[in-house]
Amino acid sequence: MTGLQDRLTPEQVEEFGREMDELRARIVADLGAADVEYIHNVIKTQRGLEVTGRALMYAGFFPPAWLAGVGALSLAKILDNMEIGHNVMHGQYDWTRDPALSSQRFEWDNVAPAENWRHSHNYIHHTYTNIVDKDRDVGYGILRIDPAQRWHPYYLGNPVYATLLAIFFQWGVMLHDLEVDRVVKGERKWSEFREERRRIGRKMGTQIGKDYVLFPLLTGPLAPLTFAGNAAANLTRNLWAFGIIFCGHFPADVESFSEEETEHETRGQWYLRQILGSANITGGALFHVLSGNLSHQIEHHLFPDIPARRYPQIAGEVRAICEKYGLPYHTGPLRKQLWSVAKKIVKFALPGSGDSTPEPATVERDRTPAAA
Amino acid sequence: MAIRAAVRRAAARSGTQASSLASLAERLLTPHGVDRYLELIDPMLVRREIRGEVVALRRPTRDSITLTVRPSRAWQGFAAGQFVRVTVDIDGVRRTRCYSPAGSAHRDGELEFTVKAHEGGLVSRHLHEHGHVGMVLGLSHADGTFALPEQRPDSIVLIAGGSGITPVLSMLRTLVDERYPGEVSLLYYARTPADMPYAEELDELASRRGVRIHVRHTAADGHFTADHLRRVAPWFARATTYLCGPPPLMEAVRTLYADAGIAGQLHTEEFTPPVLTVAASEAGGRIRFTRSGVDVANDGRTLLEQAEDAGLSPDHGCRMGICFSCTQRKVSGVVRTASGGESAEDDEEIQLCVTAAAGDVDIDC
Repeated sequence: MTGLQDRLTPEQVEEFGREMDELRARIVADLGAADVEYIHNVIKTQRGLEVTGRALMYAGFFPPAWLAGVGALSLAKILDNMEIGHNVMHGQYDWTRDPALSSQRFEWDNVAPAENWRHSHNYIHHTYTNIVDKDRDVGYGILRIDPAQRWHPYYLGNPVYATLLAIFFQWGVMLHDLEVDRVVKGERKWSEFREERRRIGRKMGTQIGKDYVLFPLLTGPLAPLTFAGNAAANLTRNLWAFGIIFCGHFPADVESFSEEETEHETRGQWYLRQILGSANITGGALFHVLSGNLSHQIEHHLFPDIPARRYPQIAGEVRAICEKYGLPYHTGPLRKQLWSVAKKIVKFALPGSGDSTPEPATVERDRTPAAA
Repeated sequence: MAIRAAVRRAAARSGTQASSLASLAERLLTPHGVDRYLELIDPMLVRREIRGEVVALRRPTRDSITLTVRPSRAWQGFAAGQFVRVTVDIDGVRRTRCYSPAGSAHRDGELEFTVKAHEGGLVSRHLHEHGHVGMVLGLSHADGTFALPEQRPDSIVLIAGGSGITPVLSMLRTLVDERYPGEVSLLYYARTPADMPYAEELDELASRRGVRIHVRHTAADGHFTADHLRRVAPWFARATTYLCGPPPLMEAVRTLYADAGIAGQLHTEEFTPPVLTVAASEAGGRIRFTRSGVDVANDGRTLLEQAEDAGLSPDHGCRMGICFSCTQRKVSGVVRTASGGESAEDDEEIQLCVTAAAGDVDIDC
């Protein structure tokens, strides 16, 4: 496989970085009322679905109403966590100076407290994207997803861990922010996370309180049905978020990197790593919104703080720049990407799966080392 | 007696019921909170935030607009002379400026803001061009120490220039409303009669007992002199004085009071930002915004301006050192403030809008 540093000459990398910077500057200069109107509409839809879902639970004895309620509530939670929460907490709307859209103040409908998540996601994952041993999102500390991770008998359970993570994804994210895997391994001390634990305790209390105590109690005799409905909505959101997120960095042809090759990275090289380490998912407009536009993972990783509605608008241009420099632009439909991730999870459970042959990328790669 | 006690108990009970209902609603609608849902029905329904709806609007002069604003339920009133941070959305971005309500503090169910359109003034121009009945503004609680004290002074002098009339007019109207027994005089400077937003109101107030008002038009009769003050308030040396206006007026009055040895009786409010730049020769060094990981060469302008130019968007309000919205922690370095002070203290809270760096400075922002 071509190494990160020798795909392009240093001059090409800088030129490529400049083109990306220019693209970014053009979008930033164009931000305005239309972006705010868009996110307000998404928020309105989310709140409407949430209220509808809660209300339908009062008719939960009628199965179609219960199902519709679960559907509405699932969609509300998905929109809240992905197109609204994830993106607002990236600072995509900080320029509006609206406290309700402030990355520092926003809290999402999820047991993982926003503040813990912002550190592990915005800082660790987005800075060290796909650098094995630095980006804690590579396998989330519990899975073996990359040949560079050394095999251990523990990884025989890979498919089981992945399934459990999918089902309990919001709890997984919460524990991930707490670096529980590293605490268990003795790399970090439990006492280092006092602040984080305090926040988690409070957040768990309010989240469990509303979904599993207050709303069920308010429906009186229907409490068990409401309880089950709320659990089903949380489960749907968990499965969906897991699916979208795992397709972002783990499909077969996405690359990972070592600490050595990413030392002293320039801005251009950082952009390059984001492109090589991310994969898009193709789909319709509604699919993009429900994925929080993480279906444009490449554009998101290039410009994590630009409003996500802009990603589809610039995708063509990003892809054209990739083609110009002979860089791959990983993309595919959801089922293809999911299947590819599933195969990887099973394959890396077994020993002797050290080296992988990448599947052909969507865009032809220039495989001649370009280094002068 | 028994009936009254029962009524009181019932009122207390319904109060507790309402508040426990509100707290249940907050628990159900966590993490976003009740306001984020109510505002989608009507922006004025919010319980915690304060908003104001424009219920009347007039244009008293060519370049000023007077908005009558009905605040939402969280509003707690103001002391005459205080200011409110008013927020509007301009092309998707929230912009906040400080304005002093001009009405009586005893009639705080409706607030009156008179805004003069400044050349290049983003918010004032926006209000002029887009202000309309039904417009909803963001409001803060009233703030500021430029206000009439609870214990009213025995005699009061008010001096204002231009749009600085608003806080002192609020003081005057408040005093008239409460039948203030002492003497109160207003000395007001406007450029021409056409630049006076409150001509009729001042005429009416001048007819009240104990109130003296003297208006001077600077285009025709020149600027502040001690004679003007003596004519309207010969007893000013034993009065408490409230002053708000453009910098030359402020300076002239300050000098007079300092010379007379009564500077302690003068209270002032700046309406225009003091000019602050550290001379280029002394500027130098680098400003590091440590939390954002941004590092810029110091050019001597205010830290707020330099932070904004570096792509940061720190919280701020008045941009003139009044409102403390832009307060951040300075980790280290020497800074100079608009009032002329210099400080090298570590871990010090500073107002970005009226502070400039003299050499290397680290700010936790």
